[in-house]
Amino acid sequence: MAVFYILLLFIVIAAIIAVETQDLLSSVICVGAIGFGGSLMFLFLRAPDIAITQIVVEVLGLIILIRATIARDFTFITGDREFFGMVVSIVIIFAVGLAGMKVFETLPDFGTPIFTQVPEAASQTYTAEGLQKTGAANLVASVILDFRAYDTLGEATVLFTSIIGATVILRKKAKKLLEDLDE
Amino acid sequence: MPYALCFLLFMIGLYCAVVKKNMVKIVIGIMVMEYAVNLFLIMLGYRFGGRAPIVSQEDITGAGGQLSELFIGKCVDPLPQALVLTAIVISLGSLALMISICIRTYERYGTFDITQIRRLRG
Amino acid sequence: MKGMTIIVKTIASWVKVLIFLFGIYIILFGHLTPGGGFAGGVILASSYVLLMLAFGREFVEKNLPLPLASKLDCLGAFLFALIAILGFVFGGAFFVNFLVEKYGQPLELLSAGTIPLSNIAIGIKVGASLFLVILVLSIFRPGQSGSEKE
Repeated sequence: MAVFYILLLFIVIAAIIAVETQDLLSSVICVGAIGFGGSLMFLFLRAPDIAITQIVVEVLGLIILIRATIARDFTFITGDREFFGMVVSIVIIFAVGLAGMKVFETLPDFGTPIFTQVPEAASQTYTAEGLQKTGAANLVASVILDFRAYDTLGEATVLFTSIIGATVILRKKAKKLLEDLDE
Repeated sequence: MPYALCFLLFMIGLYCAVVKKNMVKIVIGIMVMEYAVNLFLIMLGYRFGGRAPIVSQEDITGAGGQLSELFIGKCVDPLPQALVLTAIVISLGSLALMISICIRTYERYGTFDITQIRRLRG
Repeated sequence: MKGMTIIVKTIASWVKVLIFLFGIYIILFGHLTPGGGFAGGVILASSYVLLMLAFGREFVEKNLPLPLASKLDCLGAFLFALIAILGFVFGGAFFVNFLVEKYGQPLELLSAGTIPLSNIAIGIKVGASLFLVILVLSIFRPGQSGSEKE
């Protein structure tokens, strides 16, 4: 249990540094530290699938983020915000904080998941009959590719669409077309 | 109590995404929020002294793949892990899209500051 | 994107094959050990990204050009949808695991019906998509840029 608290404290400190520092390269490195701490947390929470996926996705995400922040000359952004925007931001943060506190009373204690207390939960079927019905030894793979394959189809579609969107936005020919139309 | 630290992480990300003026900082705030939500979902499924949901040879009793009572009694919840697996890969796709928008905006306006983008006209 | 020094180039040319092989292992054994299609696809993409960072973008574009990468992406998505429709044709409902007891015992490499085939399709799709987006991000060169060495 102590190792969870140490890792969570490391993640929270890295997040505070990532948010508050002025230099963009330092905050990108701190985001990398958050991802690494998160992957260690997943390993200690007995989820090795997620730990592998998190560490490799975080490495590629760092490469994408650094591509945007390197070799660009910044002026440090100063000046104060307008008053109305600041008030709305504080109201939003308070509202979300209060709603979150209310949710805490309904959660079960840490370490006793919900599906042990509800006998007809879906996870009871997944763990008890997963190997029999699908033949896969990895129960998580049997859940995402057999019991809940629709979610995987939706995820493949979302990934496909977002990559096409990124490719279309970064096309060079569109820029030339826009300059011809402006005249 | 670990839930409270996870919620604190989410609030830090929300503060960054709402208050900051630099576009890349807003993207970083959204990423921190996504990390916090994934961590929270996996923490919901944890069981004290639990085992990972991978079946090995000694857990199979009986023909046709019956699992032993010891395994079923100690296994952590596989359903939140399945949901978080797709969420992590989707967050990478949306990060690519957001960064491509930031790069295009810098190309057009010369700055990452969102207050100046509101006031310039082309 | 220019390349790096000769030490990095030598080591990268030895290591890239191991990373690619590891990615294929994670995809193929996805139903027995932790891993699966998503993590394996991202590892495949990152082996090409290592090559791109060490040798420069033009070298990798000769190896795997952009139209071929987007065709591989569409091929992966199409294979996944094809497995779903075959489940409808042979099993009676969309996405049914119609090969579930036809071959293999549990805990062997050839088992679990359509799950390894879906893993392979998703691995190809995710790997090609992520390689495509990082290639496009490095082609796009802004108007005023310093030395783009990364």
